[in-house]
Amino acid sequence: MYLKRVAKIKKYLPIYFMMVPGILYLLINNYLPMAGIVIAFKKLDWKKGIFKSDWVGLENFTYLFKTDDAFIMTRNTILYNLLFITLGMICAVSVAILLNEIRSKTAKKLYQSLILLPYLMSMVIISYLAYAILSNETGFLNKSILPLFGMEPISWYQEKKYWPFILTIINIWKSVGFSCIIYLASIVGINPEYYEAARLEGAGKWKQIRYITLPLLMPTVITMFILNIGGIFRSDFGLFYLVPRGSGILNSVTQTIDTYVYKGLMQQGNLSMSSAAGVYQSVVGFITILASNALVRKLDKESALF
Amino acid sequence: MLNYRGDRTARLIANIVMTVLSVCALLPFLLLVGASFTEEKAAVLNGFSIIPSQFGLGAYQYILKEFGTIGRAYLITIVVTVVGTALSMTITTLMAYALTKRVPGVKILNFLVIFTMLFNGGLVPTYYVYSNILRVKDTIWALIVPGLLMNAFSIMLVKNYFRTAIPKELLESAKMDGAGQATVLTKIVLPLSTPILATIGINSALAYWNDWTNGLYYLTDARLFSLQTILNKINENVQFLANNSDKLSGIVNTSDLPTTTMRMAVAVIGILPVVFIFPFFQKYFIKGITIGAVKG
Repeated sequence: MYLKRVAKIKKYLPIYFMMVPGILYLLINNYLPMAGIVIAFKKLDWKKGIFKSDWVGLENFTYLFKTDDAFIMTRNTILYNLLFITLGMICAVSVAILLNEIRSKTAKKLYQSLILLPYLMSMVIISYLAYAILSNETGFLNKSILPLFGMEPISWYQEKKYWPFILTIINIWKSVGFSCIIYLASIVGINPEYYEAARLEGAGKWKQIRYITLPLLMPTVITMFILNIGGIFRSDFGLFYLVPRGSGILNSVTQTIDTYVYKGLMQQGNLSMSSAAGVYQSVVGFITILASNALVRKLDKESALF
Repeated sequence: MLNYRGDRTARLIANIVMTVLSVCALLPFLLLVGASFTEEKAAVLNGFSIIPSQFGLGAYQYILKEFGTIGRAYLITIVVTVVGTALSMTITTLMAYALTKRVPGVKILNFLVIFTMLFNGGLVPTYYVYSNILRVKDTIWALIVPGLLMNAFSIMLVKNYFRTAIPKELLESAKMDGAGQATVLTKIVLPLSTPILATIGINSALAYWNDWTNGLYYLTDARLFSLQTILNKINENVQFLANNSDKLSGIVNTSDLPTTTMRMAVAVIGILPVVFIFPFFQKYFIKGITIGAVKG
């Protein structure tokens, strides 16, 4: 018995050995920070460290939710996500359908490479590109486009009303090349016989798209939609932090939970609020992901995350 | 044959729309390149344009002049990308391979990996762990370790590939021949897994090349700045001056800061490697997305 166990352990040992770096990393990168969530329930004193700081219970949270910031950042995070998800999806599906119509392999690959290009860039680069277009003094819009229509230059970085549009356009411009790939793959997977039959019945291209492609794409669309909704409490920190170039006037339309947490931690030294907002995001985000996954599981087990 | 004409029109429309979209995708980049090749004075006067209003290499001369800083940042970005990607691929494949084996505790570990996709401690505790416990601040590790070394998504991709694409008989026969796990992994599994390794490799390399957050959180020592960090710092300084120009006038010499065209030139050289290297890996990148979507 004992020998058998030793032999077994010896057999397993190399496997466990292979896991060591991965487990270590999970520990330091994921699970230690999770334990660090207690910060939000303490009055953090850097000198005492996380675990020795004094408990304050839910005080940080009550303070946080008394501020206007809590409402604004939650509203912005959710509304921008809804906008990005729905419009992004419509664009991605349309692009996938268009790409699928293109017969020339070279042309298809060229289009795909070009629309994928923005996705490969860091948000820092994107913020430079945005600046080249939007800058007050040297921007492409103010210097080249608006004069064509006889319009006065606009101080883009000072005007709130434009930013929901600007951020949405940038988000879709950056992500459409990436997100259309999934839909294209599922369109390619549609049985060509359906189209043959439709053609014999005299159905034109539009009808084929309307009655074959779109219905058959629906399961993928719904799955992706629900999975994306699961992430509705997370936002692209770079987009909201870098692209508006720290313009305080724009705060009410560019502040999301992620930018609030960062600014609280690094710029304002407002740790208690910052950590409370972080935990608020993690917990509510966890619930939305679980809920969305449960829904996907019900509809299509194969597509569920877990 | 009835709808042959309809098909042709559809193709024509698709080509036209896709051409327009491709141009839209490319336009900002052309503008960036155009701006970087514009004489500074002309840029200030006429604004940026795709074709420079007055051609000039001043911005690139600045890069050569500042090669000590920018060349160094470039080198750091390359080193971090290469080392980070190599480490990341090693840790990920080892972990993924081990997780396909039926050993006690493997179910819990699988769960612990997936759980990281659902829940995280958030920025504040993560920052605390890395800066106060692991003390990565102002070391090169700050650019390599936090957040980027391993992720659940890549592990799932590799694990599923190992499960489905490597013939079981091959593994069995290797075991019969008395090969150890390490030998099986390196001699049999990995040589058959180049596509998935290319996929996670390109994902990881892109993530390292483009990362600017680690530099933002953990670096103050300018000697360690990566290219993205430098680009971000330049922006921060320019913004700081712009927002406080009334208070600072006369105190800070604005001519020390890179001009707009110089900034654009630094961004251009930051983009170049991605534009030239990525196309070779695009196939694997796209494959990763599609298998990821089929079974995440």
